[in-house]
Amino acid sequence: MAGSVWVVAEQWQGRLTDITFEALALGREVADGLGVPLEALLLGFQCSSLAGELGCADKVLYAEHPGLKDPVPELHAQALTVLARERRPGNIIVPLTNTTMGVGTLLAKRLAAPGVNFTVDLRVSHGALEARCLLYGGKIQALVRPQGEPAVFGLWPGARSADAGRSVRTAAVEQVAVTLPEDSRVQLKRYIEPEAGEVDLTRQEVLVAVGRGIQSKDNLELAEELAAALGGAVCGSRPVVDQGWLPLARQIGKSGLTVKPKLYLAAGISGAPEHVEGMKDSALIVAVNTDPHAPIFNIAHYGVVADALELLPALTEAVRARKG
Amino acid sequence: MSDPAGGVLFGLPARGVLWLVALAAITVFLRRVIGCARLLARARPEARWDRIPARLKRFAWEVLLQRKLLEEPVIGAAHLLIFWAFVFYAASFFWNLARGLLPFLPIPYADQAPWMAVALEVFGLLGLIALAAAAIRRYLFPPPRLEQTLDAGLILVLIAVVLLSSLVGAGAAGLTHGERGGWHWIADLAATALGSTGLERSQAARLNIAMWWVHMITVLGFLAYIPYSKHLHLLASPFGVLFGSLKPPMPAASEGADRLEEFTWRQLFSGLACAECGRCDRACPALNSGFPLSPKMLMHQVKELVRASLTTAADARGLLGERVKPEQIWACMTCLACIQRCPVSNEHIPVLVELRRRLMAQGALEARLQEALTNLARYGNSFGQSARNRPKWTQPLEFRIKDARKEPVSWLWFTGDYASYDPRLQPVTRAAARLFQRAGLDFGILYEAEQNSGNDARRAGEEGLFEALMEKNLAAFAKARFERIVTGDPHSLHALKHEYRWPNGPVAVLHYSELLCQLIRAGKLPLAKRLSGAVTYHDPCYLGRYNGIYAAPREVLRALGLRLIEMPRHGSRSYCCGAGGGRIWMEDVPGIRERPAESRVREAAATGAGLLAVSCPKDLIMFQDALKTTGLEAKLVVKDISQLVEEAMIP
Amino acid sequence: MNLVVLMRMVPDVVEELEIAPDGKSLDRDLLRMIPSESDDHALEEALLLKERYGGRVTVLALSAPEVADLLYTAAAKGADRLIELRGVQTGLGVRAAALACADAMTSLAGVLPADLILTGAQAIEDLDGLAAPLLADRLGWPYLGVVTKVNELADRTVTVVKEFPGGFRGEFQMTLPAVLGIQAAERPPRYVPVAKVRAAMKAAKIEVGQAPEPIAAPLAGIDLVELCKPEAAGRAEMLEGAPEEVAGKLCELLAAHGLL
Repeated sequence: MAGSVWVVAEQWQGRLTDITFEALALGREVADGLGVPLEALLLGFQCSSLAGELGCADKVLYAEHPGLKDPVPELHAQALTVLARERRPGNIIVPLTNTTMGVGTLLAKRLAAPGVNFTVDLRVSHGALEARCLLYGGKIQALVRPQGEPAVFGLWPGARSADAGRSVRTAAVEQVAVTLPEDSRVQLKRYIEPEAGEVDLTRQEVLVAVGRGIQSKDNLELAEELAAALGGAVCGSRPVVDQGWLPLARQIGKSGLTVKPKLYLAAGISGAPEHVEGMKDSALIVAVNTDPHAPIFNIAHYGVVADALELLPALTEAVRARKG
Repeated sequence: MSDPAGGVLFGLPARGVLWLVALAAITVFLRRVIGCARLLARARPEARWDRIPARLKRFAWEVLLQRKLLEEPVIGAAHLLIFWAFVFYAASFFWNLARGLLPFLPIPYADQAPWMAVALEVFGLLGLIALAAAAIRRYLFPPPRLEQTLDAGLILVLIAVVLLSSLVGAGAAGLTHGERGGWHWIADLAATALGSTGLERSQAARLNIAMWWVHMITVLGFLAYIPYSKHLHLLASPFGVLFGSLKPPMPAASEGADRLEEFTWRQLFSGLACAECGRCDRACPALNSGFPLSPKMLMHQVKELVRASLTTAADARGLLGERVKPEQIWACMTCLACIQRCPVSNEHIPVLVELRRRLMAQGALEARLQEALTNLARYGNSFGQSARNRPKWTQPLEFRIKDARKEPVSWLWFTGDYASYDPRLQPVTRAAARLFQRAGLDFGILYEAEQNSGNDARRAGEEGLFEALMEKNLAAFAKARFERIVTGDPHSLHALKHEYRWPNGPVAVLHYSELLCQLIRAGKLPLAKRLSGAVTYHDPCYLGRYNGIYAAPREVLRALGLRLIEMPRHGSRSYCCGAGGGRIWMEDVPGIRERPAESRVREAAATGAGLLAVSCPKDLIMFQDALKTTGLEAKLVVKDISQLVEEAMIP
Repeated sequence: MNLVVLMRMVPDVVEELEIAPDGKSLDRDLLRMIPSESDDHALEEALLLKERYGGRVTVLALSAPEVADLLYTAAAKGADRLIELRGVQTGLGVRAAALACADAMTSLAGVLPADLILTGAQAIEDLDGLAAPLLADRLGWPYLGVVTKVNELADRTVTVVKEFPGGFRGEFQMTLPAVLGIQAAERPPRYVPVAKVRAAMKAAKIEVGQAPEPIAAPLAGIDLVELCKPEAAGRAEMLEGAPEEVAGKLCELLAAHGLL
């Protein structure tokens, strides 16, 4: 008898994150495909109200414990381990984000179960799950099948649309008890808020994003001119921020902002998953890169194999001419 | 004629006074000179005694004939006169001193030997005229970057006093003993002038002696003063030229330098020989753009380092820090203009390279440079692209270029990073390939095995990386069979030709402009038409100043039918595009007034030629970028000479 | 302070990655191996801690072609002890390797006790887990990943900063000894000139450690069906032409989308 499919919900600042719903949408599909129930795992402290949003699942298992209030990976992993040993799910989908990094790996190890990382899709194949995983900066895909149950999947953002995982239904909620070590060896002291940038990138309709391909801080002005011509703002991928060419407030991706502008123009960005995660839902994605194999072209709507340093000024001029 | 050193001076035996003053002056002089020599001995060794004939030839041209100074004709002529006046007067001074101190010597005083007297009079007059010209230039029409110091003014006064005292003395002698006539017209003129003041004969005799003493004391004082002032260059510069570098200087491998003992004696010597004339500054593209680097101030800091080490027992400080800042050290484009212009053969670039090596060892380099160097080490190119992409520029060609690793070729074409990887340059590289093919040249390339030549890594201070790249390239060359190397990249040209340690002796390396020249002359590139119009040509630093190749590209352009208009700064005066020395891998410094490439394209546009020809890949992209930032795209087009040759081949 | 850094070589994604004929591995001929980027950051963070607090840095690297270069570079940067760990299978998947490393650290003389083990937060080949939490779990030590700064290293505790979404960061206090998964060091990894690395080749010594028998096979419990290039499930429509032409086409596009 196959075990149920578990989706571990992720919270950030008291709200459920998009990836939770993406995971639920995916979980729903595969649970139905396997003919097993879908259960959502909500771990936290005094957040039972969130359970109401997890209606996509058949059941919500709510584990409340003061130790689960803060995102300490090993405590969350321990709680899940205890529950999984009791309830024996078949497949566990854990979001793979900064917040939860390590949870899936620890859970898999403690259950002596296979753990599959960097999953971007799951499908049912011969009564079991087959995962598609993105490796090598997005350049290579692996198709894997865990042998047996339980199996743990670390899910990358973007597998399904978050809306597909939201439901007006409410699922039954079962409060479950977990015991955790008294003294945690890892304690959150405080959060550090990001410095407010002058521009709220999440509200911009047009974003011109730059990556390593612009080669130097001096060339930023090419992007700034295009952004100005289009009435938008400049942002960048992690390498550009690490180099100090742009402030942290302008970083898009895993450790930065997630944006959904009407136009996202990616100049000189390779398209590694950590960046794509932050902009994949943009309405129109145009990518410029000298490498025809850059992974960014897999998620862009339109692509140009060219040097951004040549195309950006040409485009700026064309836009200005057009606008008159 | 009486002995001016005999008798009594202010109640004291005159000869005794002379001995005292002479000993004092010489002691003070020697103290500093020996101190400097000892310091230099503490520094690292550097062998500069090879090729003596070539060195003597240089000495003749640059010290005896003052060739470099004559590049600025007015002051050049003046300085030549002052120099020779000084030589004669110095000789006469020692002569007079010896005779004055040792009266038993069977020689007359200098001005009593007729031919010497004439020389002194002639050079005295010419010297005074030259001094006047020099003073007018310095105070009324100073060129930029000329240091106005007390020292500089003082020497003009001192030399004037020396010359005048001699002439007045000669005039006084003429008045006393009668005019000498003939060649001594100057002395006679002076005598007449003195006579017209109503000077009596007896007074004239005393004036003669007084002038002798004024002259001797002044020179003795000057002797003592020289090694403590910038006029140390009087002593040091002839040696600087003699021990100068016979080719563009690059220091031997080291871990860099900061403190005095870590430099070589020749590097420190540059500071001592520096006359603070400012020619290096006037030529420097970094300084003229607004970078904080002044080659003259760098030499001054080296001099200060030596001076500080002389006066305090132990100088723990070095150049880095307060004396020279990193942003100054990284600003240098290694264009060689400073060294080329320096009349005393100072070597600014080696000092900077040693400082860069030290910063490199400390890991103190900007992120972009770090990335470029890491890419060079890992991928053999600064672009961070796979080595496998290097030959991709050949794909659109209709013919296959021979793989020199697999089959023997006559010419091995070393393309260089930029020509291979930069999409703006790949069409130019293909044009050159088509030219070689049309000419029936037997040529090949190393495909993926070619690595960056390492020239710019070395100039950036990464000596180990240069060695590593050189080793890899030499290994690739060893596997290939070829007769000569041709390259379109002057930086690579210089490294391959002069700095690589070829296991079997030097290899012939040509720049492609030289090859194109040969091919056109031999009729192998039949030109279908003549291009009309004017062109101006930019001499790349590493082709022109570094390798003396000025004529071949011009001959090619003329052969195409173009009318060549030279920019003011052409030939060895060419103005760097700003990419060299690793600067193409570095960020601009805020506060740059006008980038070197921008200045250059403005100069090119001002010729009215409308077309700027280049023969270095980095020049092409630097100038194309500069056209955009200066808004001159409508006025000037930049093309590589291979593109122009190809245009002339199409009927 | 005793700091241990675990480093691995991984394929360089700058090179074109081709899949071997068996469809289950990368074509090794075309591969260039480089240190995993976040492992480089882990080393930098360890060296910064050494500069601040004193102590020793031991670098443990999994055996691979050119791992000697990785180790000598680490020595040139300031690492004190270099160990090449053999007998650990590398390549796709890290779980078996990480667990074997943990056992090796325990068995090799003088590696433990340590205050901190640092390694990269993740690597591009980590199909079956992450190295840092696996090490921590096997050793029974606390773990935190996505760390970008160590604020304070005291006798019994360490205070670190971890990255969260949206530019937020969290300050955590952990008991020592601990395992940190470093996302990025406080400053980019330092440059060390080739000459220094070559000097290290002469002066430094690489110890070879043999890992004990692995407790699990690589990719145990996982069937690798195949490796393939990601199909562009939605491959972009490519625009061709000179920059001006493409700019024109893009303008049409933007206008059609109401963006101009």
